[in-house]
Amino acid sequence: MTNSFKLMQGNEACVEGAIAAGMKFYAGYPITPSTEIAELCSEKLPVVGGKFIQMEDEIAGMAAVIGASLTGQKSMTATSGPGFSLKQENIGYASYAEIPCVIVNVQRGGPSTGQPTSPSQGDVMQARWGTHGDHPIIAICPSSVKETFDLTIRAFNLSEKYRIPVILLMDEVVGHMREKIELPDIADIEIIDRKRPNCDSDEYLPYKAEADLVPLMADFGAGYRYHVTGLAHDETGFPSNSYEVADKLIRRLMNKIEIHKDDIITWEEENIDDADVLIIAFGGVARSAKAAIKQLRENGIKVGLFRPITIWPFPQERLRELADKVKVMIVVEMNLGQLILEVQRICNNIVKIDGVNKVNGEIIYPEEIVTKVLEVI
Amino acid sequence: MPSPLIESYFRSENLPQIWCPGCGHGIITRAIAVAIEKSGLDRDKICIVSGIGCSSRAPGYLDFNTLHTTHGRALAFATGIKLANPELKVIVITGDGDCTAIGGNHLIHACRRNIGLTTIVYNNNIYGMTGGQYSPTTPKFDKGTTAPYGNIDKAFDICNLAASAGATYVGRATSYHTNLLISLVLNALKNDGFSLIEAISGCPTYYGRKNKKGSAVNMLEWQKDNAVNISSASKMAPEMLEGKFLIGELKNSPEPEYASEYQKIIDKVMKER
Ligand SMILES: Cc1ncc(C[n+]2csc(CCOP(=O)(O)OP(=O)(O)O)c2C)c(N)n1
Ligand code: SF4
Repeated sequence: MTNSFKLMQGNEACVEGAIAAGMKFYAGYPITPSTEIAELCSEKLPVVGGKFIQMEDEIAGMAAVIGASLTGQKSMTATSGPGFSLKQENIGYASYAEIPCVIVNVQRGGPSTGQPTSPSQGDVMQARWGTHGDHPIIAICPSSVKETFDLTIRAFNLSEKYRIPVILLMDEVVGHMREKIELPDIADIEIIDRKRPNCDSDEYLPYKAEADLVPLMADFGAGYRYHVTGLAHDETGFPSNSYEVADKLIRRLMNKIEIHKDDIITWEEENIDDADVLIIAFGGVARSAKAAIKQLRENGIKVGLFRPITIWPFPQERLRELADKVKVMIVVEMNLGQLILEVQRICNNIVKIDGVNKVNGEIIYPEEIVTKVLEVI
Repeated sequence: MPSPLIESYFRSENLPQIWCPGCGHGIITRAIAVAIEKSGLDRDKICIVSGIGCSSRAPGYLDFNTLHTTHGRALAFATGIKLANPELKVIVITGDGDCTAIGGNHLIHACRRNIGLTTIVYNNNIYGMTGGQYSPTTPKFDKGTTAPYGNIDKAFDICNLAASAGATYVGRATSYHTNLLISLVLNALKNDGFSLIEAISGCPTYYGRKNKKGSAVNMLEWQKDNAVNISSASKMAPEMLEGKFLIGELKNSPEPEYASEYQKIIDKVMKER
């Protein structure tokens, strides 16, 4: 089979990736700059026998996605700032009740209505802690159109494998940028499906974890009649008032991700070996960082790039190793300092840490990064 | 010994339920189980979805595919289930607060779409679970813990709301009129589109106590004395209907169901390809 080259937008690549991953259900509410994702899903899903529904708001969109996932369909919603805020309660539900689903957030300038058509990376912390209570979450950030395609598939795979909501944290730059990308042959794409029970229905314990800490998930309607709740629940799925049960559940959910960190966390490194200065950048901004590094290297300045692709959980162990190698870390982000908090937590008192930050709705340009590097070295 | 119905449709291991003695919610839940039994539907293909509230705890006691969601959102979760797998019979159990306050937007849109959900609203005119605050169906001037001087909000008529938003089957019964309730739920289950049955319930613990309605039995008697079946209402003088409420089948006008309409789109685009 031949691979196909296509010119497309990041948002379009997201939909192509989702369909390749087996998405069969989309529910959402339109919002700039994510709207193209909904529009394309409405067009493409019925063609593959899937369903699209425009709900009355983002809360409903998130709820419908969870309902659809319970019937066994791979499900996704997409939104931006204000809509991401509205989805939070039900994202927490999906995390606690372990319902696989993908939430795309094409970040825009906030808070509130903010700058609807401008890029931002202001939702880094909301992606981690947006819903109340301790809970596990996975968030991944593409920085190109091709990577958006690949990471959308990865988002579905991770959500199915670990029964967890996965946030594809895009930004307006990547969402609206057009690039020519090579789409792989479908047969070459790795697709992961949730593990389903095949025991007798009387023996099925819907929240009994397997050795990998992930319970088997039966489709509603498949003959295993079980209960799903957002209350603290034991292995049977029924609510429990026991302190022990509540404690055990949250700890298992957090551990479920912790023990699989190596499988979940990915990052990119460039020019690290001899670097004195490490630029940390993700998403659309990593492109400016690469341009800045090229310029600085041409002038003999030893700069490297660390680009977290998985931002939650954060690639903490690798960053800690790099802290022993470099003298300065510069965190570049389109917010007033969110990811830098993680970097400081991990590397404080080991290296000097500085930031390049911008919240006016413009992308961060390579020159701004160059200027900062020259200032700190 | 549990009755055969309880044995068969209830998760006996989870009983007794959390409801207070005299609460109307148990009677309504039993009526739903009877209606399901009479319907002959395959229980493996039945999903019961609820929000949050005393009423929304009912699915936990019923042996089907059951989903206890977030406050107000049951209809939106249920919409996802129904559209993703139209083979499933999806029943929604909700409270007056769950359905018409925080979930009011989902209610009118589920009605408008005529998606195949059978919704039973347990209306006890109060927020029971949180301890007796007034709800969108608390009658004007009645009291709640957040309306110590009397409620000045006008109450929703849930059935009128659903009917005018586009629900295709609508009815009302009470925890006293259980035979009527069973037959309405049964008819609602037979309607392909969106059905809503309002089941007037009694919360003796909060609504009853705050408003001096007497015992649970007194509250059932109130339902008996103040409900007028729609079939006899037309023969009654307006004065006689004052302060009463209607029960019975209030709307029955089938229309194409949402998930089957969507299937037509799928069939069309797949054929064109
Ligand atoms: C988002 C959110 N807001 C508020 C609550 C608190 N809460 C739980 S149940 C409830 C009211 C339930 O009333 P109703 O739906 O009438 O059911 P009842 O308990 O009377 O059967 C409220 C306000 C909640 N759980 N979630
Ligand atoms: S508080 Fe009211 S509604 Fe809740 S269980 Fe008790 S009587 Fe029923």
